[in-house]
Amino acid sequence: MKSIADIMKIRDQMQSEIIMRDNTDDNQETRIVVGMATCGISAGARPVYNTLIDEVAKRNLKGVKVTRSGCLGMCKLEPIVEVFVPGQEKTTYVHVDAEKAKKIVQDHIVNGSVCKEFLITNE
Amino acid sequence: MYRNTVLICGGTGCTSNNSPAVAAEFDKLIKERGLENDVAIIKTGCFGLCANGPVCVVYPEGAFYSFVKVEDVKDIVEEHLIKGRLVQRLLYKEKNEATSETVRALSDTNFYKQQTRIALRLCGVINPENIDEYIAYDGYQALIKVLQTMTPQEVIDVIKNSGLRGRGGAGFPTGLKWQFCRNAVGDEKYIACNADEGDPGAFMDRSVLEGDPHSVIEAMTIGAYAIGAHQGYIYVRAEYPIAVQRLQIALKQAREYGLIGKNILDSGFDFDLDIRLGSGAFVCGEETALMTSIEGKRGEPRPRPPFPANKGLFGKPTVLNNVETYANICQIILKGADWFAAMGTEKSKGTKVFALGGKITNTGLVEIPMGTPLRKIIYDIGGGCPNGKKLKAVQTGGPSGGCIPASLIDTPVDYESLAAIGSIVGSGGMIVMDEDNCMVDIAKFFLEFTVDESCGKCTPCRIGTKRLLEYLNKITSGKATLQDLDDMEKLCYFIKANSLCALGQTAPNPVLSTLKYFRDEYIAHIVDKKCPCHVCKDLVQYTITDACKGCTLCARNCPVKAISGTVKEKHTIDQSKCIKCGLCMTNCKFNAIVKE
Repeated sequence: MKSIADIMKIRDQMQSEIIMRDNTDDNQETRIVVGMATCGISAGARPVYNTLIDEVAKRNLKGVKVTRSGCLGMCKLEPIVEVFVPGQEKTTYVHVDAEKAKKIVQDHIVNGSVCKEFLITNE
Repeated sequence: MYRNTVLICGGTGCTSNNSPAVAAEFDKLIKERGLENDVAIIKTGCFGLCANGPVCVVYPEGAFYSFVKVEDVKDIVEEHLIKGRLVQRLLYKEKNEATSETVRALSDTNFYKQQTRIALRLCGVINPENIDEYIAYDGYQALIKVLQTMTPQEVIDVIKNSGLRGRGGAGFPTGLKWQFCRNAVGDEKYIACNADEGDPGAFMDRSVLEGDPHSVIEAMTIGAYAIGAHQGYIYVRAEYPIAVQRLQIALKQAREYGLIGKNILDSGFDFDLDIRLGSGAFVCGEETALMTSIEGKRGEPRPRPPFPANKGLFGKPTVLNNVETYANICQIILKGADWFAAMGTEKSKGTKVFALGGKITNTGLVEIPMGTPLRKIIYDIGGGCPNGKKLKAVQTGGPSGGCIPASLIDTPVDYESLAAIGSIVGSGGMIVMDEDNCMVDIAKFFLEFTVDESCGKCTPCRIGTKRLLEYLNKITSGKATLQDLDDMEKLCYFIKANSLCALGQTAPNPVLSTLKYFRDEYIAHIVDKKCPCHVCKDLVQYTITDACKGCTLCARNCPVKAISGTVKEKHTIDQSKCIKCGLCMTNCKFNAIVKE
């Protein structure tokens, strides 16, 4: 036997698991794209990718999709994470690790402020 | 947390196309690669695009793979799931288009993007065997809302205002039906679900039960609360093993969660739900016959009134609705009557699911707002007739419905418009016919079905349909006269006027509608003794033309040795021996055999 509170709890928990199956229009959704070519993976993109998925799920963020892409051509800057928010210019983060990934979700996706410290610098 | 989710269709269509083996292969390879914790493999209900089965979708990319064979699974696992590269060759391709582009995501296909899915909302989206996934998509929220905040009368008012009408075919307003039953005097009431889907070519209800069984269970619980019932029955045919199994699992889970049973969600409301299996008699889809069958008796109809809302199951007031009707209820409760009433036409609200079959490129399940022109369903969504053939007619409503000729293709699909041109919306079967289909033969096919399925209780149906079929046989064998045609038409009206239940009353419809729009084909059979489409065997003849090289292939393949001739000389067919199997024509390498 479950109470109404139990049902609500199941709903909230499960929603993070099914979030991936969100079929919202590509133009409406925020996409977080991780470079997962050989260069990206060897530089540590996998833990970054997994962290992003976990964070998005944990916060139950709707309309946010984490996907992968190939090599962007700047292998020395990998792992690279690109963020596409509808109506905004794309943001490219470089040398991302799991900790930085968490911060990107927190600051950029949730609060809407770009993490300037992880951007490409013109050195 | 899973990185990827693979949804594999486990509906009847894809199951018969080997999807269980595909799913098993996924499980095996995922385990071999140690990805069990990264990739979720989920078996869903019908996606709708049955023609391209087995289908599967891989998230988060939403990549839509079609015609997936067991051998293909390795590529999807190695390329897509491990390396993140889509397997281009398996992606869905639009048909009948000059630039046959590959489509990445399900929602981008012409087939899906023009649909509005309410009853099919979760078919192909959730795992129907896991109640938690249903809950995640706001499942049982409508029940909570009803039990916590609404009186039974308020529930009925919402359904009334939504304009929802029965999706089983007759189109009776659902809210009104509930109101009658609520107002009926009686200490005990019942609610029942008609899942005895029997029209040839129709599989809407099966797909809802297979893909989203909880939506029906939740809606029936809401309905029971509204009318004051404490026991419900789902009458489903035993020929739907997957649907029955998923229903059983769903009922068990709902019972464990206390969503059916005693004191539901601590509200004090009791309701339990059981399955009754039907053995597949078409007449049991008729409401009085269905209830007689649930009572354990032979499934035969009885005269109405009294209507079931006053005297139904076990003589008690009963509400009986179709699966698809129930599948709309929870969404109406959650989103409101106005939301639902905003879709469709003035008198036909909401959406309707159709099972597209016959000569159509995208065989499958589509859900569109009422009032959508037939043209859009057949061409834009269904992709038109395959092999460049010309559309001839669309049959809606199965054995109770009629044929709509291609000239009326712009008719909006709603209860009134289809009735006006001699067909019905029906339960949702939609069979497409191209220029090769003989309309007399089609009428005969449906009549054969009703003769088989007539329960025999009343004479007009039992004997009338049999006589009607005899007329059709006479016509297709070239032995009928124009007098027969007139007599046959009269008989049609007699059967309609005098049969006891809807089975008999509607049985002549396929004949009447083809007579109305394709009378010239009937005349051709009778007067010219010709079947214009070369379908009716007795009226076609195979002959060998001068193109014959005397290769003897036809003579060697003829099962009744009707072809004679010597090597390198033109052969001939002995018409008295020929059984018109067409083997000679299929085998001829020189196109020297013609059918006329």
